[in-house]
Amino acid sequence: MNAAVMNAASGRPAGKRYRLDKPELLAPAGNLEKLKFAVHYGADAVYIGGQKYGLRSNADNFSLEEMKEGVEFASRYGAKVFVATNIYAHQEDLAGIADYLRGLESVGISAIIAADPAVVETAMRVAPGLEVHLSTQQSTMNWQAVRFWKEEGLPRVVLARETSMDEIREIKRNVDIELEVFIHGAMCSSVSGRCVLSNHFTDRDSNRGGCCQSCRWKYDLHEGEQSVMGEGDNPFTMGSKDLCMIRHIPDLIDAGVDSFKIEGRMKSIHYVASVVNAYRQAIDAYMTDPLGYRLKQEWVDEIGKAANRPLNTGFFYSTPGAGEHIYEPEEKPAPYDFAAVVTDYEPATGMAVVQQRSPFKPGMEVEFVGPGGRAFSQKLEELFDDEGNRLDAARHPLQTIRLRTDRPVAAWDIMRKKTL
Amino acid sequence: MNKSAELLVSAGSIGQLVRYVEAGANAVLIGEHRFGMRLPGEIPEDGIGEAIRRAHELGAMAYVSANKLFRNEELPALPGYLKRVAEAGADAVVFGDPAVLMAVREAAPGLRLHWNAEMTGTNSAAAAYWGRKGAVRAVLARELNEEEIADFKRRSELEIQVQAHGMTNIYHSRRNLLQSYMEHIGREARIVDLGADRGRFLTEAERPGERLPIYEDANGTHVMSADDICLLEALPELLAAGADSLYVEPLLKPEEYNIAVLRGYRSALDAWAADPDGYVMDDRWLDAIRELQDPNRELTFGFLYKEQVY
Repeated sequence: MNAAVMNAASGRPAGKRYRLDKPELLAPAGNLEKLKFAVHYGADAVYIGGQKYGLRSNADNFSLEEMKEGVEFASRYGAKVFVATNIYAHQEDLAGIADYLRGLESVGISAIIAADPAVVETAMRVAPGLEVHLSTQQSTMNWQAVRFWKEEGLPRVVLARETSMDEIREIKRNVDIELEVFIHGAMCSSVSGRCVLSNHFTDRDSNRGGCCQSCRWKYDLHEGEQSVMGEGDNPFTMGSKDLCMIRHIPDLIDAGVDSFKIEGRMKSIHYVASVVNAYRQAIDAYMTDPLGYRLKQEWVDEIGKAANRPLNTGFFYSTPGAGEHIYEPEEKPAPYDFAAVVTDYEPATGMAVVQQRSPFKPGMEVEFVGPGGRAFSQKLEELFDDEGNRLDAARHPLQTIRLRTDRPVAAWDIMRKKTL
Repeated sequence: MNKSAELLVSAGSIGQLVRYVEAGANAVLIGEHRFGMRLPGEIPEDGIGEAIRRAHELGAMAYVSANKLFRNEELPALPGYLKRVAEAGADAVVFGDPAVLMAVREAAPGLRLHWNAEMTGTNSAAAAYWGRKGAVRAVLARELNEEEIADFKRRSELEIQVQAHGMTNIYHSRRNLLQSYMEHIGREARIVDLGADRGRFLTEAERPGERLPIYEDANGTHVMSADDICLLEALPELLAAGADSLYVEPLLKPEEYNIAVLRGYRSALDAWAADPDGYVMDDRWLDAIRELQDPNRELTFGFLYKEQVY
């Protein structure tokens, strides 16, 4: 390090200001179990979908009872639960909004994420206990628009995914409001909300949760009557690589981002736990010691083990170009697969009790992972069922299995195996 | 209700503005790419006064488009532009981004506002919200059906504008998707070669008859619908539903075609206004449009009679 003037009290370089308030890590939770994993692995807040008004009509989505249980679970960790109510409503959707929002308020939801002013305005009127966060579906990417929403009484804006790091800094300088940005996951390649490909191709309304991901289909581009696709060329697509900002955590924190959002309410438990785990460690490391901060390769690897698409940095540093879209055949499975979750560990015997999530058998190489980056690999030895019978394989979903681990593990630890 | 509707078209030059008004438009939408999106051509800031004056001389309303999503660096030009547009006598400014509202409050407080959020302008409560912020008109998403349009109007104090004819934007990205793809397959391409007049379109294997125009400009990549909306036959229903303004989208069409379209709708609107109860559509109005219709593009009712699921 060069000879920076140090501030005696903080031990940090004088002149450069470091944030003292830790940003929030906000994770997706497609169902109650995913919520619990997300919170246990370190999310400060999770966002979920209810039965209505969300943009993932194919996800499990929560009933009010499940939300209540989720809120109770999260509160034990000091974590919050937000609900995505980010559709653009049509006339027929309007009548039920008020009751729905009152219901969310009554079960202890902290905030809704809304795009449609019909939802924003109704929430502020009928459910004052709910914070209203402006969804990325409003495509907000300039500070005057952010100022407008602040003056409307919103405490937080989720910026458009097209906003660059420099623009975020400028917005933060101009408006005192919480800024939430997507830091990881799949991205609309369109400006969010500004795509009705699904509506036109399949009569499914993308802005009410019916998106069929037509941007990831393959197209033939023509000029006049000629296809531009030559022999051996990949077809045209709008499909984007996924966002991953694990290498740029200090930049995001210094820019003033208040909430780091991970995309993926449809993603697996393994995905959510791994991604949250990595970002949790990176944020904590930087906040604890900004000067001594170093990116750890294990965080990058951890994300890579759960990712099923190539990754990039979106619009943060430049407009995505030729290398940032997926022209090749896509949707490779993630390199690792969720095999079991630890439900108990007996220190005296070194035996773990696990619940099966996909088949495994003795001799298989597995990894155990827990919050905070605890991880080790081992070869599986003998497997027993809950009555002590020896098994040649763990074949049945949710089956209880006892097995020896090389090191201590704890409830909620994940056992994973290489994808075949 | 026996009220006729405005016939609105966007125009890419003063000459075109005059020809479109002569063909039957009584309102025009104009502007430039710095502030407006997907315009058929630009009338720069120093010509906007002249354009508005010409429209007014011909008895037409003149609206200025400022409907794009703005970035920080584009904000400083906004108040000055809006002030100039207001002083030039524009009848309204069309906006989607709240940054325009903020700039209007600051620089042109009397300027009338039309709210156009493209495909996200889907309900009357949102329109009412923007109405309380000063909008006098809501531009409806093209993905609404007749029942939704009628219900929207019933529950709204704002004027409503419905697209009656032409293609619609179905996907807008800030990415340079054409340029990226050309690079990917090893072809040189610059933005000037990727523009709206280059005749590029996408096809998809499952939908062989559908050609989706695609182009790139300073505002990103735009994919347009494979069909052209034509609501001429549904005109009495639209008027009964309370449509205050019928928009003809001239984008990516020859001027001659747009003139035929405007003439057709003008004839229909005039006939309806003269005798709403005795109104019968004259097939020749539609035939004149069909004659010039691109054979690869079907004329459809868009979403007017559709039910969508989600």
